[in-house]
Amino acid sequence: MADTQQITGAEIVIRCLEQEKVKFVFGYPGGAVLHIYDAIYNQNHFKHILVRHEQAAVHAADAFSRATGEVGVALVTSGPGATNAITGIATAYMDSIPLVVISGQVPVPAIGLDAFQEVDMVGITRPCVKHNFLVKDVKDIASTMKKAFHIARTGRPGPVVVDIPKDITAHLAEFVYPNTVELRSYTPITKGHSGQIKKAVKLLLEAKRPMVYTGGGVVLGEASEALVKLVKALNLPITNTLMGLGGYPSTDKQFVGMLGMHGTYEANMAMQECDVLLAVGARFDDRVIGNPEHFFSKSRTIIHIDIDPSSISKRVKVDVPIVGDVKSVLAEMNDLVATETPKQQSPALKAWWEQIEAWRSKLCLSYDNSNGLIKPQYVIEKLWEVTKGDAYVTSDVGQHQMWAAQYYKFDKPRRWINSGGLGTMGVGLPYAMGCQLANPTAQVACVTGEGSIQMNIQELSTCAQYHLPIKVILLNNRYLGMVRQWQEFFYENRYSESYMESLPDFVKLAESYGHVGMRIENSNDVEGALKEAFDMKDRFVFMNFITDQKENVFPMIAAGKGLTEMLLANDINAEDL
Amino acid sequence: MRHIISLLMENEAGALSRVAGLFSARGYNIESLTVAVTEDPTLSRMTVVTSGSDDVIEQIIKQLNKLVDVVKVLDLNDGKFIERELMLIKVKATGAFREEMKRMCDIFRGRIIDVADGSFTIELTGSGTKLDAFIESLDKAAILETVRTGASGIGRGDRILKV
Repeated sequence: MADTQQITGAEIVIRCLEQEKVKFVFGYPGGAVLHIYDAIYNQNHFKHILVRHEQAAVHAADAFSRATGEVGVALVTSGPGATNAITGIATAYMDSIPLVVISGQVPVPAIGLDAFQEVDMVGITRPCVKHNFLVKDVKDIASTMKKAFHIARTGRPGPVVVDIPKDITAHLAEFVYPNTVELRSYTPITKGHSGQIKKAVKLLLEAKRPMVYTGGGVVLGEASEALVKLVKALNLPITNTLMGLGGYPSTDKQFVGMLGMHGTYEANMAMQECDVLLAVGARFDDRVIGNPEHFFSKSRTIIHIDIDPSSISKRVKVDVPIVGDVKSVLAEMNDLVATETPKQQSPALKAWWEQIEAWRSKLCLSYDNSNGLIKPQYVIEKLWEVTKGDAYVTSDVGQHQMWAAQYYKFDKPRRWINSGGLGTMGVGLPYAMGCQLANPTAQVACVTGEGSIQMNIQELSTCAQYHLPIKVILLNNRYLGMVRQWQEFFYENRYSESYMESLPDFVKLAESYGHVGMRIENSNDVEGALKEAFDMKDRFVFMNFITDQKENVFPMIAAGKGLTEMLLANDINAEDL
Repeated sequence: MRHIISLLMENEAGALSRVAGLFSARGYNIESLTVAVTEDPTLSRMTVVTSGSDDVIEQIIKQLNKLVDVVKVLDLNDGKFIERELMLIKVKATGAFREEMKRMCDIFRGRIIDVADGSFTIELTGSGTKLDAFIESLDKAAILETVRTGASGIGRGDRILKV
């Protein structure tokens, strides 16, 4: 017999989350979601994490998803609660992170009347969600939630907003959760075209100067294993985008480092000079390829695997498009490669590797560590050593983000958690919260700057409430470092509004929340302090590293320049600056 | 180049704004856009007239397909098609003008659907260029008001856009 018991819309929301096996809901209560919060009070299927600002709720849910692969869930109230969530939603959208964001809405009869705390959430989020819904009937809640989770996690993942008016959460209905979803208008392609896949393998086998470039799609698509197998079988050089780091082990010798604006010399040179390029789950964006015209000044054959057809031939025209799930396409490629008789390494490939080694010997990531000041790069290198390369590292946005990406060698996917697409300052601390809750015993480091950390500093309180033993690695140079660097290079040292005055005493600030605060001013103390901090396994430690103010991120490609037009640290003389 | 893109989408609140929002967010041109429900009340049919290079049109089609509410997309320019647009035009019809307007209307196979002392309202259907030609052929001072629907398009023969 069907369960014909009538329950409230709020209880239906909770039952849906239970059906989806949601472990954490990140949120903040308010008028329009009071019924839902009342239903939360009486349940024990998931844990609700009370953040201190709705933006952090969405970021934390986003990081939970990035770290686990599951759909992240956030719950916010109408009006300001909803608008505060927008930055979080847009951040997740740009990086294709599956989220379901439930927002309260004013009661249906009040919609459109400029009611208290009313905002058109469906309208305001439309450009930054994969899809959104306004539920206007209690009977539609369950089917809408089912669709929301389905849309969020399938195809190219992304955030889905479900806006629920307050009166709907009080109305009664029977709870029936559909087992399946059928949407005639939404049927993502997963299996790649076999003819195209054959063509791709043939091109890679015959390539003289092959190159592999992979992005966040490999991480999101759980395709690392298949990728490693293919790259190893064909002895290919490989680079990752900022979002793709960890998709291929960074300590492997075939890995030539990250590419792009702050990529390695060898990665960018190999991208430009290769004759066959395999792009997997990446989108040739402006920070990666630089100027597309410059990129096309050399000819090469491009194979592009992506689940989203609109990512293919958007900025860069490709020769062999393969629309499909990257894991399944790479597996098919591996099967085809396995049927080939193993060949000796071709002389051409050998010469190509020699060329890459020559580029690598430039040691483009070397830096001068002799002035006694703490070098940010050095802190990251030591962080990698102390955490044995096995931490979850979140970052904010700016110089510290690039240093973390360059100097922390990620060997596993889902360990590097940062805002690549939208470049959202302030994500670092809430991202660390999401990672730590997902992995309570793991080492979680939040690499940040004194600008970014202050954008969501209120979350120190949330970290205290839930006893999250995060380690904040603040690379404090008293400047909005990336802004300062651009002002130094392109605005003749006019440091307009990039100096951070009146910083708080971060040690005291951390202590005021009951955390441990540390201030490290001497290069010799870096390693010891990191060890001490990570030995405090059950404490949140805020490490304020006072770093060299003038350090810049190299290599660097100026905006609009080509991939090989890199500025290297050793090319720049002190007098040029 | 000018393209006529036809799409079938779920007949739901907000579906139109998803398409309109996509065009403005990505900087695509919209020359005209028409939408109405089909014989299946769950589906709307939309016709968008746009222009752009082949690469841009390819992206527009892909981006439209990506919208969750969009069921099917067809670039009518990929094959043979017919397009029609409806115009209602109110013109001065006094004195000598009155006979002249009647004659022009007949030449363009329009119909006078409202007659007043000083004006006619003419209904005219055809391709956009035919409607343009009619307007061109009139004395500017004689035109009181024009209303155009934007183009609707349909494939010729066996070309059918259906779920």
